[in-house]
Amino acid sequence: MWNTKQYDIVVVGAGPAGSTFARIAASKGLSVLLLDRKSKIGIPVRCGEGVMDSGLRLFHEPRSEWIAATVDKFCFVAPNGSSTTVQFQDKGYILNRNIFDNDLAVLAKDEGATVVTKVYVNGLLFENDKVVGVKGICNSEAFEIKSKLVIGADGVESRIGRMAGINTKLNLNDIDSGYQKTISGIKIDQNVCHFYVSNKLAPEGYLWIFPKGKDTANIGIGISGKSAINGESAKSRLNKFIDSKFPNHKVESISVGGIPLSKPIKQMVTDGVMLIGDAARTVNPLSGGGIILGMKSAAKAAEVAIKVLRNGIEPSTINLMEYQKRWMSNEGKQINRLYRIKKAIGKLSDKDLNRIIDKVNKIPIEKRSIARLFRACIPQKPSLLIDVAKVFMRY
Amino acid sequence: MIKVDKDTCDYCGACVAVCPVDCIELFEKDIEIDNKICTDCKLCIYICPIKVMSYVEHKTV
Repeated sequence: MWNTKQYDIVVVGAGPAGSTFARIAASKGLSVLLLDRKSKIGIPVRCGEGVMDSGLRLFHEPRSEWIAATVDKFCFVAPNGSSTTVQFQDKGYILNRNIFDNDLAVLAKDEGATVVTKVYVNGLLFENDKVVGVKGICNSEAFEIKSKLVIGADGVESRIGRMAGINTKLNLNDIDSGYQKTISGIKIDQNVCHFYVSNKLAPEGYLWIFPKGKDTANIGIGISGKSAINGESAKSRLNKFIDSKFPNHKVESISVGGIPLSKPIKQMVTDGVMLIGDAARTVNPLSGGGIILGMKSAAKAAEVAIKVLRNGIEPSTINLMEYQKRWMSNEGKQINRLYRIKKAIGKLSDKDLNRIIDKVNKIPIEKRSIARLFRACIPQKPSLLIDVAKVFMRY
Repeated sequence: MIKVDKDTCDYCGACVAVCPVDCIELFEKDIEIDNKICTDCKLCIYICPIKVMSYVEHKTV
């Protein structure tokens, strides 16, 4: 529980972004309160759990208990069942997000942050139209806590932003309906991530199989919100796929969620508030990957917050805007490119996808790359070719 | 009005993200829709990955 009713910073949401922000800010001597709605941080998992080694290492030396599987190949499966495998230089991990998320919160606590779970934040405190804290319910009792800065790290829902007057609403084109089962008792190559691209299977999205160690895998699907209007649900689509492909499986857990796949949000800060991670729409809109990007946004936001608060500068929109500028000049730009690529690929028919995967498969495996695959996917428009080159330079 | 099957809801928050009038309160294991604010736009029904929401014509208790 909190010892005081006044903190420099209240962080709402203890996912990878919220805990990373709390750890960095607390390590610089700021008083930080990190709140989470859930009883146990990291549970339930709402994620495919994939990260790249190089991304993770920007923040932490990977711990063995975080890693369920290590992958070095992607396999793209066409609607007609033919496939092409691409090796990559980097390696990827499928994490145990339950352990990972909890450890990140512990690291924040180790730096001096106060971490409290089972806290429901249902409003913000305002003074002269400026946010000066949060209110909510904890142990069935109402509470109010004042702070100089509130960090919205509350995931896809992004209600802190809305309460502060930022439009965080996603339209159905920019959010996927996601459903995943972790299943065991199946035979699967533990070094390969499979991506099934098919409008029939996963309209304007994809279906994934990510190995999770031994005989286990995360099998999930994301379909665009728009395609879910009159079509079959994500759950029903995935269940059909799993039942036909892995008839003798055992379900270990189920993960449900909306996946924000939008352009960068127009406003990441307002007076007394900064948004980070999924709440700030920092997810890669093509892959749906958001763990490392969320942590990067947290680090960028923390840097600005530390500068502002330690120098006694007012945490106003203008003074916090440095975070948004830094984000948009780098990751935000990449996310815009990825969004354009996603839109172009969304127009491909199953026939196109069959042809493209067939074409890429004719390239010798040592010359195949993610960049070449996506070059084959997009119309040969110079602007889009530049987008692909800039996004997949390293792959 | 929109009805939620609370027994099957997973409380994932996808509906909250698309709600244009912010009328959904989501707790760790509960969900409430403020039908006074709700406009019956049905976006929550569409996005729900496990289809636990439904539209009912008349307000019944």
